Formats: sequence, structure tokens, C-alpha cells
Amino acid sequence: MGIEEKLPDNSVITTTIEKLVNWGRKNSLWPTGFGLACCAIEMISTAAARFDISRFGMEIFRSSPRQADLMIVAGTVTNKMAPVVKRLYDQMPNPKWVIAMGACAISGGIFNTYSVLQGVDKIIPVDVYVPGCPVRPEALLDAIVKLQKKIETENLRTKQDGGIEK
Amino acid sequence: MTELDKMLTIDNDSGEGVMTLNMGPQHPSTHGVLRIILKLAGEVVIDAVPVIGYLHRGIEKLMENRTYHQAITLTDRFDYLSPLSNNLAYCLAVEKLLSLEVPPRGQVLRVILAELTRIQSHLIWLGTQANDIGAITPLLYTFREREELLDMFEMAGGSRMHTSYIRIGGLEKDVPPEFMPKVKSFCDTLPTLMKDYEGLLTKNRIWQMRTRGVGVISAEDAINIGLCGPTLRGSGVAHDLRKSNPYCGYENYDFDVPVETAGDVYARYLVRLEEIRQSRYILQQAMDKLPGGPINAPISQVVPPEKERVVGDIESLINQFHIMVEGFKVPAGEVYFALESPRGELGYYIRSDGSEKPYRIKVRTPSFANLQALPALVKGRLMADIVAVIGSIDIVLGDVDK
Amino acid sequence: MEELRNKFPGAVEAIDTQFGETTVTLKKESLSRVCEYLKQEKGFDYLSDLTGLDLGKEAKPRFAVVYHLYSIKDCRWLRLKVLTDDAVDTVSFVWKAADWFEREVYDLLGVSFNHHPNMTRIYMPDDFNGYPLRKDYPLAGER
Repeated sequence: MGIEEKLPDNSVITTTIEKLVNWGRKNSLWPTGFGLACCAIEMISTAAARFDISRFGMEIFRSSPRQADLMIVAGTVTNKMAPVVKRLYDQMPNPKWVIAMGACAISGGIFNTYSVLQGVDKIIPVDVYVPGCPVRPEALLDAIVKLQKKIETENLRTKQDGGIEK
Repeated sequence: MTELDKMLTIDNDSGEGVMTLNMGPQHPSTHGVLRIILKLAGEVVIDAVPVIGYLHRGIEKLMENRTYHQAITLTDRFDYLSPLSNNLAYCLAVEKLLSLEVPPRGQVLRVILAELTRIQSHLIWLGTQANDIGAITPLLYTFREREELLDMFEMAGGSRMHTSYIRIGGLEKDVPPEFMPKVKSFCDTLPTLMKDYEGLLTKNRIWQMRTRGVGVISAEDAINIGLCGPTLRGSGVAHDLRKSNPYCGYENYDFDVPVETAGDVYARYLVRLEEIRQSRYILQQAMDKLPGGPINAPISQVVPPEKERVVGDIESLINQFHIMVEGFKVPAGEVYFALESPRGELGYYIRSDGSEKPYRIKVRTPSFANLQALPALVKGRLMADIVAVIGSIDIVLGDVDK
Repeated sequence: MEELRNKFPGAVEAIDTQFGETTVTLKKESLSRVCEYLKQEKGFDYLSDLTGLDLGKEAKPRFAVVYHLYSIKDCRWLRLKVLTDDAVDTVSFVWKAADWFEREVYDLLGVSFNHHPNMTRIYMPDDFNGYPLRKDYPLAGER
């Protein structure tokens, strides 16, 4: 069906390196298991049988940030935990992306108190924000699809520090 | 002395042979942001010091700035694996201050919701404890079952997790007609599913070797250190608040309190499995005796009118406005109410100064009390046992850190 | 509970009953003796809860430390209250459960406990200044 049938035998397909690399990256994002609070449970539900996050390429949640390229900040980040989040983010190799899952990660949520960081984007750059309290698994999957669309359009030269430019 | 003995001997003066290792706060098996500072001699744990507070959100102080009605949504976020139990504990404490009595239908529905929450919480415990020890299959099974329960909560309360469905004076609204048949069909399929889990784990030799004799605590020590819930009942203490200080009509239900005497991880596993079965038994009795009638106490200063009347006539609208925006005044005094949540004794100490906002709310959370016992449970054991013990005391960090 | 007055003369300041619960207000000097007695003789072997209360900046004394004791055999609670301005004796040698509860009261309210094995903060970071649960501490923190 489609283009594969029209091509003669032993033929090649041309594409750009950028598209190929982006296609590889977006379809095999490996999240680091960074569940902090209630949204973590919905994240585990997304990985379980009904919602099945592995059909989007996220087969396993890596325990070590050094082996992951996506950080899903699921839950409230407190002032005590903030240095730990920053350190984990720094430990992740480039290219890396961050999804801020839930109202607490976006802006502190309902907890405007003395110990809660009002949004994880105060310490690390965030790519996709998912609202909800807690976030429904369908919403998290929608966020992942949006992130994949974002990765598709990335420019290899200027993307973060992992680009060719340097 | 053999080489191994030499390696395991700790020179107490110089501290040689002792390694300090940090576990967490980001760790796949600590059930959240728990940090444990371990002192190890090889693989043997000499000391384990939990460091908590990485999820301290200041909810108690936040509740002092909300009216009693608004604070209900905050209670969900304590023990986020059994949100309806938290709602129930808070609402029963406030109803004690108000001397309010919930009608029979509301009470039975509350029992049904509490027991469904208990089953849901124990299913998560089973999946995550097995996953931590290395048996990955039960996790997928139990989360599949949990989805059914979340469907029921969504049907009744509108949301999968933080429903805030149990309100002061009763419930938010009555359950829809599809709710009871779904509960019934879940109860019918539960025994077959339990057979699946037990077949995988209970007589499994690896499971028994990983859990028998691990994390043992005697009954006397358990009471002294303040353990509660299935953790306490696994050490032989038959203490369950549903039997000793019943609420919501629990004295009218016939059920057993499972108790094991070994005091180890395996005993607590057996206790929780049996609790799921007993919860199912309570559910069946509750479904049989569910009466008709109103679900909310007829106190219009506290319980908002139904939505149809609010959009219909002006008095109901004003009533709703008063309750939601200004709040109702609660008589001055203090009260402590505790119920048996899936993790143990969940208590609310509320002190009121006669105004619409609570003066002080202290939440006695079971996981905070249970986690205190961790150093005593893992001393002298191997490092791999720490994970099994944390799973068996079933902590939730939202509960620990408030 | 009236026999407490006889057993420890001068220790009991008040006994109230409200909403079906009994509250005994004690002088803080007699706390450890009364707690030992209640545990050994009266069967209150379980410490359900230990918490603190800020009665307001103008109140003298300012803080109340509230103990909820439970008897597993008799299935009943008893509330003890002690008023203080700064410190109270620890009861962690009577019930080990008091350890972390007292640390929490120290961390959030600033009431310290004499002879506690580890009187350090438990929720807030170690270098935190201030006691968040006090009535004069702002909700959103000192930013």
C-alpha cells in the first residue's frame, strides 16, 4: 500500500538526517521514573495494561536518569526536593525533554504554601505542560503525542546542546 | 576468623568496614520521595535512618485558611492511594463537632465506598510490593483490577482518584443506577482473581524465602512504637478500629479481623490478602441491606441543596452561596476522630474556635507512625530486605510528609 | 480520671468532657510521672497522637502539647494537655512512638522536648528558619 509498492525493487528511500534522527528519538523516548506524589500513580496507571504507554515507545521507566531522555515531573516539587530535581535533570544526557505533569508541577497547584516550589519550570526548562489534578492517563498520552510532534519539528543544529553546531 | 567474618566485623572505634550509602529520594522502590541513609557492613544493615519531608506541602496550615467545606478537597491529597478514606475521616470528625447524624442510606453507601477504597489500596500494595521484590507480573494484574474500581469511583464521584465525594453530612450526590450492578459484578469476579494472585505468590518458594523471617517485630514492640493497621495485625495484635470503636454502622456487619502471629513480611502479606476477602464480604452485606431514602443529613446550614433546586429557586441558591462562600460556623471545642484506613489508624484532631475556618487540624497519618519502625525492622538484615520491609509496611509519602 | 487528682496532687489542672471525650490538663512538671502511671497501671499502652497547638501570640502560655492515649484492651481514648511557652519533657522513653511526633512539633511549632534522643527538624530542611505552623508565620512563607 502506498509509496512502498510504487518503488522499483532494490531501491532506496531518501530522507534528511534530521527527519531520521527525530523519528528515532521521538519513537523511543525513555522516561525516568520520577513520580513524586499523586500524579505518579496515574503515571503508573498509564504504564499499566489499560492505557499501555509502551505502544508509544516508552517501554521501560529507567531508574537511573543517566539512561533516560525524558523526565516526567509527576507531582509536587517542594523546596527541599528542588535541588534533587535539578541534579537529576543535570545528570540526564542530551537530548532531553521534560513534561510537567499536573497542576503542582506546572505552578504549585493548590499548594501555595511555605514549602512548595511554585512550578518546576522555575528550575528546569519544560517542554510540555499537562494540566489536571490528577492528570488523567489519556491526558498524559496526549501530552506525549504532542511532545513527539514537537520533536519531529526540531532542528538538529540548534536543538539544545546536542546539536551539530558545537 | 574466616575472610568473610573479617569483612563483616565492624571495628566500632574506628568505624572501619562501615559504609554509608544514600538510598533515594529518587529510587524505584521507595514508594515515593523517601530518603534512607544506610550504614552498611558489606550487605548487612547496621542502621537505617529515614529522612523525610521531601513532600511536605504544608496542607495542615493550608486547611486553617479554608472553610470546613473547602478543606475536604485538601484531605484527598494526604493518602492519595485511598482518597475516600481520608474524606470519610475528616467528615466524620467534623460531624462529631457538629453532632450531626447521617441517614442510614448515606451510612451504608459510605461503608461501600470505604471498603472499595480498601480493596483498591490493597491491590496497589500487592502489585508494588511484588514488583519491588522482583515479581513483575502481579503489578499488571492488580492494576487491571484497579481500573475497574476506578471506573466505579468515576461513575459515582466524577473523578478517578481525588473524588472528594464524601462530604460533611453525607455524600455529594446519590450514586447512579449503574453503580450497584457494577459493584456486584466486581464482587462476583474477585475470588477468581484472588486465586490468580495467590497462585503466583503465596506458595511460591522464592516469595517465601524473600519474605519469611524478614522484618520481624514482636507484638509488644509494635504497640510501643505505635504501629497500626495490617502491620500491627501481622504481629499478633487484634486491633481494628472498625471493631473496637465502630463508625458508620460497622457494628452491624459480620466480618473477621485477620491476624497473624509471625510478625514478618509474609505475615503482613497474608493479613492484607485476607482483608481483601473480608472487605468483599462486607460489600455483599452492605449491598443487601442498602435502604432507600435520603443520603444527606437534613441540616440546610451545612449540607447544600441538590443541584436541580439550586438552579430552580432563589432560596436554594442563596443557601448554596452561603455554604460555599462564607462557610458555616462550627461550635467551639476539640475533637479527635480516628478510623481504620487501609494503612492503619487515620485520625483527625480538629480544634474549632467557633468560626467558619478550623483553628487547627492535625492529621494523625498511619504511614508516619509506621515508618518510625523502619530502623528497628531492618537492623541486622541484608540490604535487599529493606525494599521488602518498606513494601510490607505500605507507606505513602503524601501520608508521611503531609 | 478523678483518681488522678488524688494520686498526683497538684498535677491535674482541669478535667473536661466534651463530645464524649475526656481531656485532662496537666502541669508540665508532672507529665512524665503521670504518663508512666497511665501506661503501667491504667493500660494506656498505645500513643495514638502527639501534637502541638499555637494558642496565639498573646496567650500565656502560648503553646499546648496535646497527647492522645489509647488503651487497646479497653478500646478508649484519653486526651492529655500540657501548656508551655518553650519546652516540655519528652515521653519517648514511655512510648517509643513519641519520637517522631515530638520532632514534628519541634519542627513546625518550635516547642522543644527535654532529653529527646534526636531533637532535630524532620520536615523542613535543616537550615530552615522559622516555625511554619505558628499563627504569625505567613502561609506562603517568608519570600
